[in-house]
Amino acid sequence: MNKTVTFRIWRGNSQGGEFVNYTTEITEGLVVLDVVHKIQATQANDIACRWNCKAGKCGSCSAEVNGVPKLMCMTRMDTLNTDKVITVEPMRAFPLIRDLVTDVSWNFRVKTKIKKFKPRPADAPDGTWRMQQEDVDRVQEFRKCIECFLCQDVCHVLRDHHKHDEFIGPRFLAYTAALEMHPLDTEDRLPELKQAQGIGLCNIGKCCTNVCPEHIAITDNAIIPLKERVVDEFYDPLAWIWKKIRPKG
Amino acid sequence: MATNYETHEYDVLVIGAGGAGLRAAIEASAAGVKVGLICKSLLGKAHTVMAEGGMAAAMGNVDDRDSWKVHFADTMRGGQYVNNWRMAELHAKEAPARVHELEAWGAVFDRTKEGKISQRNFGGHRYPRLAHVGDRTGLELIRTLQDHGIHQGITVHMEYTVVSLLKESGRVVGAFGYDRERARFRVFKAKAVVVCTGGLGRAYAVTSNSWEGTGDGVSLAYHAGAELLDMEFIQFHPTGMIWPPSVKGILVTESVRGEGGVLRNKDGKRFMYDDIPDNYKSQTSTDPEEGWRYTQNDKEAKRPPELLTRDHVARCIMREVKAGRGSPHGGVFLDISWIKEKIPNHAEHIKKKIPSMYHQFMQLANLDITKEPMEIGPTTHYAMGGIRVDGDTQATNVPGLFAAGECAAGLHGANRLGGNSLSDLLVFGKRAGEYAAKFAKENSLVAPSEAEIEAAYREAVEPFERPAGAQNEGPYQVQYDLQNMMQANVGIVRLQNEMELALDVIGKLKARAAKVSVQGHREYNPGWHTAIDLKHLLTVAEAITMASLDRKESRGGHFREDFPEKHPDGGKYNNVISKSTDGSMKLRREAIPAMREDLKQVIEEMK
Ligand code: SF4
Ligand code: SF4
Ligand code: FES
Repeated sequence: MNKTVTFRIWRGNSQGGEFVNYTTEITEGLVVLDVVHKIQATQANDIACRWNCKAGKCGSCSAEVNGVPKLMCMTRMDTLNTDKVITVEPMRAFPLIRDLVTDVSWNFRVKTKIKKFKPRPADAPDGTWRMQQEDVDRVQEFRKCIECFLCQDVCHVLRDHHKHDEFIGPRFLAYTAALEMHPLDTEDRLPELKQAQGIGLCNIGKCCTNVCPEHIAITDNAIIPLKERVVDEFYDPLAWIWKKIRPKG
Repeated sequence: MATNYETHEYDVLVIGAGGAGLRAAIEASAAGVKVGLICKSLLGKAHTVMAEGGMAAAMGNVDDRDSWKVHFADTMRGGQYVNNWRMAELHAKEAPARVHELEAWGAVFDRTKEGKISQRNFGGHRYPRLAHVGDRTGLELIRTLQDHGIHQGITVHMEYTVVSLLKESGRVVGAFGYDRERARFRVFKAKAVVVCTGGLGRAYAVTSNSWEGTGDGVSLAYHAGAELLDMEFIQFHPTGMIWPPSVKGILVTESVRGEGGVLRNKDGKRFMYDDIPDNYKSQTSTDPEEGWRYTQNDKEAKRPPELLTRDHVARCIMREVKAGRGSPHGGVFLDISWIKEKIPNHAEHIKKKIPSMYHQFMQLANLDITKEPMEIGPTTHYAMGGIRVDGDTQATNVPGLFAAGECAAGLHGANRLGGNSLSDLLVFGKRAGEYAAKFAKENSLVAPSEAEIEAAYREAVEPFERPAGAQNEGPYQVQYDLQNMMQANVGIVRLQNEMELALDVIGKLKARAAKVSVQGHREYNPGWHTAIDLKHLLTVAEAITMASLDRKESRGGHFREDFPEKHPDGGKYNNVISKSTDGSMKLRREAIPAMREDLKQVIEEMK
């Protein structure tokens, strides 16, 4: 059962760094995060890595495993070729803090700039609302997001072109879509989407959708409908306003 | 002063940013005071995200017979009547408003046919009561609070660790800590401090808690002079994953049973029918067919025994394992795939009802729960005990210090009902924020003394100053030894001599912890963080063991093999732990105040 593997882990900080090889034994059923922890406990106490839930629910343990953005806690060792050296490195779209830990604070700042949820007046005298399940299914899909930022990491607009100042990235397009499609919401976020948030920079290549551990159809269900709304509003603002104020559900 | 530090000033400082901390911060900032919020991890990653089943609130959307009175009686019965009845009353009365408020802040709950918030069945709740979002309700709760909170002007400090609370003239006036990223020391001055640090499951080897659950808040408060209550009551959740080894302890939500999942031993027998406690007999079905109808919301049907309280289910599982009727990896089987006999497109149904469980087993165990049974066993899940607080205000006995959520005690008594945690966070998080803000308005800022700060600083940096070597080991081994020792000796089944041994070992581990050495830089150094958390883990381990030794009966989460029955006097007192002037831990029993007459009547009516 036991097997020896070699991990090639990025060690360093914002000043620079290098890959370091660690060889260790693994047993059945381990995930990449377990192996990093084992190395941390036995060979290099100070390897920095983030994790919380170890069950794919908190989105803390994002990294690039053999070049693919993944949650380390949900990447089973038996899905990797352990005969070859396995490379584990930090997300490359964000500044490095140390080892596998990156500075993702930009994402938190972006979110604060998106207008908050603004519900219509309550439907019932007791202050509650009525919504049908089929009207909330789509929004619930986006709200599954665990904020792992893997989609942000893979998006070429951020990763390769560093347009962090002009583009909010797939995570926050999906977040905006969840607000815009919320049956109770009355806010209009389309003008910013077009300008400051740069929805036009997305070329709907779907890289983001492909890495999402929650299997959210970010491009098809969030970005494309938002792009359509932006176009609608631009050419026919009255039609959009009518859509927005029409009672939904 | 040996070091430079940065200073932050707040009216209210909230330590911990799970559900309770976020709710407290939102409430305090809404009251117009300046609020700082410290997260041990990034914002929105706290253990609250792991809560799957839902939040209990007697809204009566699915069954209009429900009311705060039924919820109150259920909570007291589940807690075996050692609960703080005032908290149980407030919780039952205020939970519906807290859920509606979440909806107003953007939460999207699953719906009933009439378009209201849907509610599901859960262990120990008489009627369908849990508002939910599939099986990711905790994520919905924390994200809603987070997304609302970031527009409230709260200053959030992500990835900060608090090393100790600072006191002046008997009052808590702030906290000392550091940011993990740059390891700069920080002094927080605050008029009021709210501790919302969650659980302490990491004191055990098998736990559903993340690395953060090291009992920080309980320990910080204790060392600052706060009293701890009911530390013996630890909830071992009956269903944690047990295979493969690396996932051992990860939670399998109770909703699996709520949706019709059944427990079987290796002979295929539904062993839960063998032992139904007297006080639940009238509500529990002995007919499998009726039990199934209950899970499908038949209002006339009684619940299947799989949905008895967690303490009981966990012990029945242990009984099967000990009797040699367990599964190959030392647990029992939890089967939801059998519902194919009842539901034509059962696989789709299961994926819709408990999607994250489907994915969790598929990805981590390579097992399709729509086809095969899961292997599960008990896992350390929740601390009913914790910091003693006033039921109305969440104030501790130390002026300026408040606590809410899992790290506070009282609401759940000897055993918590599933779904009562998320509602607890909201109801008492709000109250803590409200009263901390009030305290802040009535009191002025007091500067902590340099001596206090210096002492906290020394404690934090010492592990770096000890050379590594034969007599100074690293922190991980001490942590593992503690976890394994607690698992073996103060776990789900407890015995006098084993716990006496545990106290002795804790003493030795303390001596080892005082000598651990850490290598490398301070920046983002997990070895250092582990060394600092050791003090907290040892403090809570000692308190749990001391209280468990004292309670010579079995009740709720506390099971003594040498005293397997309830003692008639056991329901009349709480165990209170505090730090004596010589620094040692002491315990006293305190009578539970007599329940208000009207509440007594409610309990009678609901019997
Ligand atoms: S589809 Fe758009 S948002 Fe997604 S990765 Fe491609 S460019 Fe980025
Ligand atoms: S949308 Fe998916 S990939 Fe992007 S942050 Fe959310 S969960 Fe992660
Ligand atoms: S540790 Fe939570 S997603 Fe991996």
